Amino acid sequence: MESKGAVLTGEHFISGNEACAEGALAAGCRFFAGYPITPSTEVAEHMAERLPEVGGTFIQMEDELASMNAILGAAWAGAKTMSATSGPGFSLMMENLGLGIMTETPCVLVNIQRGGPSTGLPTLVGQGDMMQARWGSHGPYEIIALSPSSPQEIFDLTIKAFNLSEQFRIPVLIMSDEVVGHMTEKVIIPPADDIKLTPRRTPKVSPEKYLPYDPDEDLVPAMALAGQGYKMHVTGLTHDRKGYPVITEEAQIELVQRLIDKIRKNRDKIIEYHEDQCEGADVIVCSYGISARTSLLPIQLAREEGLKVGLFKPIVVWPFPEERIGQLAAGVKAFVVPEINYGQISLEVERCAHGKAEVIQVPHAGGGIHDPAKVLEAIRRAAK
Amino acid sequence: MIERHPMDQLLREDRIPHIWCSGCGLGTSLTAFMSALQDTGISLDNVSVVSGIGCTGRVAGYVKLDSFHTTHGRPIPFAVGLHLANPSLKVVVFSGDGDLIAIGGNHFIHSARRNLDMTIICVNNFNYGMTGGQGGPTTPIGAKTSTTPYGNFEFPFNIPHLAAASGATYVARWTALDARRLRKSIHEALMKRGFSVVEIISPCPTLFGRFNRQGTGLDILNSYREQTVIQHGADPAKVGIEPGGKIIVGKFVDIERPTFLDVVNQGLKGKFGPPVEKPRAEELAIPSVDE
Ligand code: SF4
Repeated sequence: MESKGAVLTGEHFISGNEACAEGALAAGCRFFAGYPITPSTEVAEHMAERLPEVGGTFIQMEDELASMNAILGAAWAGAKTMSATSGPGFSLMMENLGLGIMTETPCVLVNIQRGGPSTGLPTLVGQGDMMQARWGSHGPYEIIALSPSSPQEIFDLTIKAFNLSEQFRIPVLIMSDEVVGHMTEKVIIPPADDIKLTPRRTPKVSPEKYLPYDPDEDLVPAMALAGQGYKMHVTGLTHDRKGYPVITEEAQIELVQRLIDKIRKNRDKIIEYHEDQCEGADVIVCSYGISARTSLLPIQLAREEGLKVGLFKPIVVWPFPEERIGQLAAGVKAFVVPEINYGQISLEVERCAHGKAEVIQVPHAGGGIHDPAKVLEAIRRAAK
Repeated sequence: MIERHPMDQLLREDRIPHIWCSGCGLGTSLTAFMSALQDTGISLDNVSVVSGIGCTGRVAGYVKLDSFHTTHGRPIPFAVGLHLANPSLKVVVFSGDGDLIAIGGNHFIHSARRNLDMTIICVNNFNYGMTGGQGGPTTPIGAKTSTTPYGNFEFPFNIPHLAAASGATYVARWTALDARRLRKSIHEALMKRGFSVVEIISPCPTLFGRFNRQGTGLDILNSYREQTVIQHGADPAKVGIEPGGKIIVGKFVDIERPTFLDVVNQGLKGKFGPPVEKPRAEELAIPSVDE
């Protein structure tokens, strides 16, 4: 068999899930642990086929608790690592997503969202995990989550997810959905040299001088790897700069404040969104993932009716682009927020609009995408 | 000149004194492990110790090695990641019976089934010490704990049997009394290819001992002297611990079986040529699966 490279430069006609796996490989991911679950399984299947070709390791674990832990362990051994899951599996991963956040372990976790709650709609779309992505693990923390609307975007954003996870030493979530995961479209994979990758931040001092949780100026500490002689201690307990557990209020404040600040104070380096005709708009449709895409037709129809409608699409959903929403709120009558849940990101838009603009939800229980007529109707209402 | 204890280089001195109660068997268990590790001559830079949660889970915090204190029940899958991403590491999971056999039981059996090359040291004190002495997966039937005030109604797991039936290549059990044999056994387990398991029966005088009127840590160790029978090669199915019965110790399993990576390497042999592209500088140096 001919070995393929890690970066399949060229034009491909592939599904979102395959594009996600190819994005991971192009980003240097060489370890994948996962558990089969619809509708994300094709990511694992593609990694099972492709990782051995590039000298990486695939393992199917016994459940999602194990998968999440395995990618954390592999990250400490030096690999760029990923797992992919959906609804129920995402719930199971919440436990050790927290461990990844607390121990500042870079890795990427993909959620191909399906309808819930519970087993819900294994084969059909949902966007009901957006707040779980933000708050699903216990305790206070900040997270980074990206939301792709197409196979090309999931390819690009998977690379971005790896880069952000290395830059900020944090698990990064890709909050995709069943429709994007199963949609087959053209994906252009650039030449390897055009793909910018963020290397791991490794210690510049000797093991004797190394403090595993002593942050650099941007609040992110350098990460030693197992087997390098640093003999570091890594714990999910509240710890000091040495990495040792310290069960006090002071230690908690010092550590957790930094974990929060390393994302909040670096927001400008993380946040990304796409705007179309938001300046001067009366109504802005704020939507993400597949719903941003299904909003395009109603926006076009509304514009044909003479309404001034913009599209605001957060590409990075967490941290939420609150400053920009606040600025835009001052100039519009209302935001329309179609999403396949009963109001998650719309609540965030409402919070950031500070009462300056109305926020109209266009909820959907899941199982399908929005009827364009419903979104159009909401835009018309908003424009009044 | 002050003589340094040979163990010092293996302990995080700045974390001592440890949190364990006096009379607890964990100190002996840790000493046996560290001595065994030194006996093997394995480069200490290459050793990773992974623990879960509980009194035993604190081990990772005391050893001056790359050490990972994970979530409850999850040290094995974390260790799986470490091992597979860098097979040149010697990965040891050191945790308790509640952590490895109850909440982490699924990971235990599946990692044994795959025969991942790692050593599991499971300290069994028959209860959950850290949370105040609750019943667990190894609590003998009838025993009193804080959640079994009328005596335990559940049948316990026989850990060597579970390990052997799941596919472990090395299975042994010792008590914390027999430090010398325990050390030798851990040495063997560390050198064994595949999923090796050493169960250590250990006193918890503060909780399980008190609830069951076993006396001090020393009394419990003394009781092991009478209760323990060494039976190398005993059928693991027959070494379950019955209340008031004998504790059968020894090496029960020592077999050869291809490890997960052996099978992976065999299965992929000759399938792929050398990579088309050289890895770029930004890509991390990931050890290949060839050990
Ligand atoms: S509670 Fe029991 S197991 Fe825990 S340290 Fe004390 S004696 Fe040891």
